[in-house]
Amino acid sequence: MSASSGLHTWGVRQALEALESGQISSEELTRACLAQIQRLEGEVNAFITLTGEQALQQARAADQRRAAARRHPDEALPALLGLPLAIKDLLTLAGVRCTCGSRILENFVPPFTATAVQRLLDAGVVVLGKTNTDEFAMGSSTETSAYGQTRNPWDLQRVAGGSSGGSAAAVAARMAPAALGTDTGGSVRQPAAYCGVTGIKPTYGRVSRYGLVAFGSSLDTAGVLARSAADAALLFALMAGCDPRDATTLDLPVTPIDLHARTSLAGLRIGVPREYFIAGIQPEVEQAVRAAIQVLAELGASIREIRLPHTEYALPVYYLIAPAEASANLARYDGVRYGLRAPAGTLEELFTRSRAAGFGAEVKRRIMLGSYALSAGYYDAYYAQAQKVRTLIRRDFEQAFETVDLIATPVAPSTAFRAGEHSDDPLAMYLEDVFTLPTNLAGVPGLAFPVGFDPAGMPVGMQLMGAHFREDLLFQAAHVYQQNSNWHRRTPPLAA
Amino acid sequence: MTLTLAEVEHIAQLARLELTPEEKERFRRQLSDILEYAARLQQVDTSGIPPTSSVLPAHSRLRDDEPLPPLPREVVLANAPQQRDNQFQVPPVLE
Repeated sequence: MSASSGLHTWGVRQALEALESGQISSEELTRACLAQIQRLEGEVNAFITLTGEQALQQARAADQRRAAARRHPDEALPALLGLPLAIKDLLTLAGVRCTCGSRILENFVPPFTATAVQRLLDAGVVVLGKTNTDEFAMGSSTETSAYGQTRNPWDLQRVAGGSSGGSAAAVAARMAPAALGTDTGGSVRQPAAYCGVTGIKPTYGRVSRYGLVAFGSSLDTAGVLARSAADAALLFALMAGCDPRDATTLDLPVTPIDLHARTSLAGLRIGVPREYFIAGIQPEVEQAVRAAIQVLAELGASIREIRLPHTEYALPVYYLIAPAEASANLARYDGVRYGLRAPAGTLEELFTRSRAAGFGAEVKRRIMLGSYALSAGYYDAYYAQAQKVRTLIRRDFEQAFETVDLIATPVAPSTAFRAGEHSDDPLAMYLEDVFTLPTNLAGVPGLAFPVGFDPAGMPVGMQLMGAHFREDLLFQAAHVYQQNSNWHRRTPPLAA
Repeated sequence: MTLTLAEVEHIAQLARLELTPEEKERFRRQLSDILEYAARLQQVDTSGIPPTSSVLPAHSRLRDDEPLPPLPREVVLANAPQQRDNQFQVPPVLE
């Protein structure tokens, strides 16, 4: 069966229903996704490593298991049996190389599987491959990947966003019904917005980070990108929960996400923070987001303006804390135990030369910045002050969630920018994350989904933020919106 | 906020990064710009504000102190750039 069967365009729920009814096989579905990848990968570059053969084996095993279960109707089958999935190349899958978009890990084959990935494997997914990412997730465009940039399926001249740009592009281009991403400062939500798909950044501590290669340990989360809130909710609920291997995961029951709980948004209080509608925002982005807020109001939500007064400090706080944590986390890449080793006469040279040869410019820049912020004489002025201002940002959210259930904002100040536009100006690139960083600093969940298009035909994303552990409200509100709109159903012409 | 070349070299030494002369000059300029931008944090009155140590409500979940089986030695060494006698091999540290 080829891509012309159209199976690759099916979302998670549609595909699972057809697998359950026996209308299609996992092998047919997987082959359709692989055919779409083969057709478009040369232009989009969504993947670093493809695992097609392994995927077909997994698919055939899933089909056999379903066939066996038909003879034993009492046997419960895993929830996602036979569903193809793409995985960001920052989450480990045992036996498949994990590059993190870096030369330094070009040949690294992890001996263990990330808990978030393992839970989905246990639920029956078929892995299509590992998707492109900015190097160690440091970037907003995938342009810092050592494996070439991912191009936006809506316009190949534009970036897919980042750092989970490969996952977002793969889902938008109908190469995979869903993909895993990671989000340290917006890396699921911003590419989801740029590519017109739905992406969840969970509460910090909700999904295990075991096997998520560390960048900023107080900020890192693993999330999902899919073509609807309902699809993303299904995968999220299976990934979430306490993990003995990640001490930050909380031992709380995962609230079941009941998408039928609401048919309207009556009773839901949504705050709109003045600080997220700033000068410099692309006019079409503001128009589309304000129009979507109006739709939420028509669906029953009560809308009120709120204040998040310390928002303007989120960017400088993040760009001190995240590089500081990164400089410590990336100290492990020293050429001794794994990863690239440069020729060297002494141990000191082995460290400095392996790191010089293995890391790209953005990673070096952030390691330098973080080392400076943590160094003697500057720690109090930079790092400690940033952690204090972070407390004020967290308190802004705590106070806001005393009066509202959700907060609605744009995901990014503009739609996808042109490749190369910010390559010589790190600060301009960092500004792309201005609306997504605060949730990571506060540890609250955020959901991005499409709410319109600009005149150039590029998708506009809206972000809903919620209180800690209220992913259920985010999914329910976005699901009600998506049942009353069609933005999330649009397909890039290239992928149709 | 302008970094000197000597400061850049000191940070590079702390970070164990060998930089080319071009990289040193580029990072000197770019890091100066970023730190200049970050200087706005000094305007914020944080007297009496504790630094964030965790974003979640205070909790410390401890696991039982029970050793679990480690990864097999050959699995751990499979990614080693150089190994000898079941150990990672590096250049001599002592002459």
